[in-house]
Amino acid sequence: MRLRQKDLLDIESLSSEEIALVLDTATSFKEIGTRAIKKVPTLRGRTVVNLFYEPSTRTRVSFEIAAKRLSADAVNVSVSGSSAVKGETLLDTVRNLQAMAPDVLVIRHSASGAPYFVARRLEAAVVNAGDGMHEHPTQALLDAFTIRERKGTLSGLKVAIVGDLLHSRVFRSNLRLLTCMGSEVSIAGPPTLVPPEVEKLGAKVALSIEEAIADADVVMMLRVQKERMQGAYFPSVREYFRLYALTRARIELAKPDVIILHPGPINRGLEIESAVADGPYSLILEQVTNGVAIRMAVLYLLTGAGAAES
Amino acid sequence: MGKLLIREARIVDPSQGLDRVLDLFIEDRRIGAIGASLPGKGVSVLEARGLVAVPGLVDMHVHLREPGFEYKETIASGTAAAAAGGFTAVASMANTNPVNDCAAVTELILEKAAHAGMARVHPIGATTRAMEGKELAEIGEMVAAGAVAVSDDGRPVEDPSVMRRAMEYAKVFGITIIEHCETLALHPGGVMNEGYWSTALGLRGIPRASEEIAVARNIRLAELTGARFHVAHLSTAGALRSVRDAKARGLSVTCEVTPHHLLLTDERVSTYDTQAKMKPPLTTEEDRQALLEGLRNGAVDAIATDHAPHHQDEKDDDFDSAPFGIVGLETAVALSLDRLVRPGIIPLSRMVELLSSGPARILKVEGGTLAPGARADVTLLDLERPFRVEPRSFLSKGKNTPFAGWELTGRAVRTIVGGTTVWALD
Repeated sequence: MRLRQKDLLDIESLSSEEIALVLDTATSFKEIGTRAIKKVPTLRGRTVVNLFYEPSTRTRVSFEIAAKRLSADAVNVSVSGSSAVKGETLLDTVRNLQAMAPDVLVIRHSASGAPYFVARRLEAAVVNAGDGMHEHPTQALLDAFTIRERKGTLSGLKVAIVGDLLHSRVFRSNLRLLTCMGSEVSIAGPPTLVPPEVEKLGAKVALSIEEAIADADVVMMLRVQKERMQGAYFPSVREYFRLYALTRARIELAKPDVIILHPGPINRGLEIESAVADGPYSLILEQVTNGVAIRMAVLYLLTGAGAAES
Repeated sequence: MGKLLIREARIVDPSQGLDRVLDLFIEDRRIGAIGASLPGKGVSVLEARGLVAVPGLVDMHVHLREPGFEYKETIASGTAAAAAGGFTAVASMANTNPVNDCAAVTELILEKAAHAGMARVHPIGATTRAMEGKELAEIGEMVAAGAVAVSDDGRPVEDPSVMRRAMEYAKVFGITIIEHCETLALHPGGVMNEGYWSTALGLRGIPRASEEIAVARNIRLAELTGARFHVAHLSTAGALRSVRDAKARGLSVTCEVTPHHLLLTDERVSTYDTQAKMKPPLTTEEDRQALLEGLRNGAVDAIATDHAPHHQDEKDDDFDSAPFGIVGLETAVALSLDRLVRPGIIPLSRMVELLSSGPARILKVEGGTLAPGARADVTLLDLERPFRVEPRSFLSKGKNTPFAGWELTGRAVRTIVGGTTVWALD
């Protein structure tokens, strides 16, 4: 089995079977990361270009390691060192990359929808590594992988997503994935940071963090994205922490075996108490480990390497 | 100058309450007579059986881009596009470079238009100097040079005291203030209608209240000053309610709507197609239905295209970066015939009114009638002629349209300006 599309641009166009396929594939790749020699020859001779128009440490390194563990040649292009600062358009950048015939282009861009623009014009498989406020599909996949590993399922769970929902592509991808797989998603955040008509996407809008995390199996905290905020969305850090931060006291409201996720980077003392981020329920670093396996699976499935071998 | 007899056309002229098959005689650039079996001896005869003759269509809202942005459009290419779309006259917005905020620019536009010899151009002057919203432009000088209205279209006049003074000042010239009604501070970075689709696509929204607040404020200022006030490209149900209410209270308030707001909704943005990016943004089905109702009940005074040509390189970008705006001159008539008249939303006579006498009345320009003595600006329509929207074959330099590939029935086939055919199909 393979993915139906050339690219991975969003969760929205994946079926539940395809999501399960990525997660299952990642399970076998995760083991490679525990070996002394963390490399397999699967994608030898393939070229993966990581084109990052926004700063990123975790995601860029994760894709790079994933490519290298599969023996692909990985090239990183970041905006500060590229032609974009010389005024080259996205279209021209894409054309130039196409001329070098990469197999996979991983793109992060501050404009929602930019990966679609690129994918329509490129023969290579395009992976969306985060576009504006739209989607971040590999993050949702690695979150799902982490949840499934602990809970054994993605169906029938109660997942609370709390924080800056408006600016969050992680939220949009997770909402789509979790509802597609049969979980219930409750959301909470300052009303100024809840996107309009979000209930039509399947989210249950809670009035408080307490209501959202009551009896939750999973609590996912979102980063307050100061860099995307134009104007004041809440009065102060202190008040945000008081009303919406995940604290030890609030965890008591969730199920006893609750797990806590955060896509990172975390703002300690803003949306999450340090003791919680570093505490026993937190899987924040496990998410990072799983991210490599998920990205290996995505690269593998999109390059058709899977089809060639099966 | 010749005489022309248009024979056996169905003449639809709402200004005279006329819808009959008759002959139309043109002499000395004016309508000479309308009647049955007019004598055709010694004059050139145009057999128009099966065609509809209507008063020359007027698009009261276009961007011709010249001077300054000739790579997007020129007065020559824009007026050729107008003629090819069935328009005998267009009103051109002031956001050129330099801005049309003084008589010299107004005169330049009129000279270029006369030289092009296609559709007539009625320049609209800027409301404020350099469209900066601070000081009034030289409105009196521009009116003397031929400007027919003022507008800072493209951006709103944000300061209410400036708008108030502009309205007071414009009154002595009897002209209308046309305003792009938007409350910019409400939605920094907004690129589409705020709602389900902006949430799903992760694009920054523009709430409908943005237009509605500005329309309400400006109507209130029009009431305060007694000015003639016109809402450009009205797009929301709430704004239309305000206009209806203002009319009911006897104010001189009018509005136009665009074909794209009548035919498309914000769902059209779902593939991040930059051809669906314009201001005001495409709104919801509820708004669209309200606009259609406004065509029927008289709340809407005109259909205007907001023809906004851009270079392909500019539109060929991500959604946030691409400029707002689409072309409309070469699609408006076919879209109106096929999607408004054919399904019976409005009768043909109402469409003609919205595209001729309606805008002519707002701008106080000659036109909108085929009454004997009127200037012989005539558009001939073929209601059965198939028309596929092919941007490549547009005469406009702008190919940016969300309607590419649409299969329509009915279009303009001949455009006559002052008795001279400036464009004909085939």
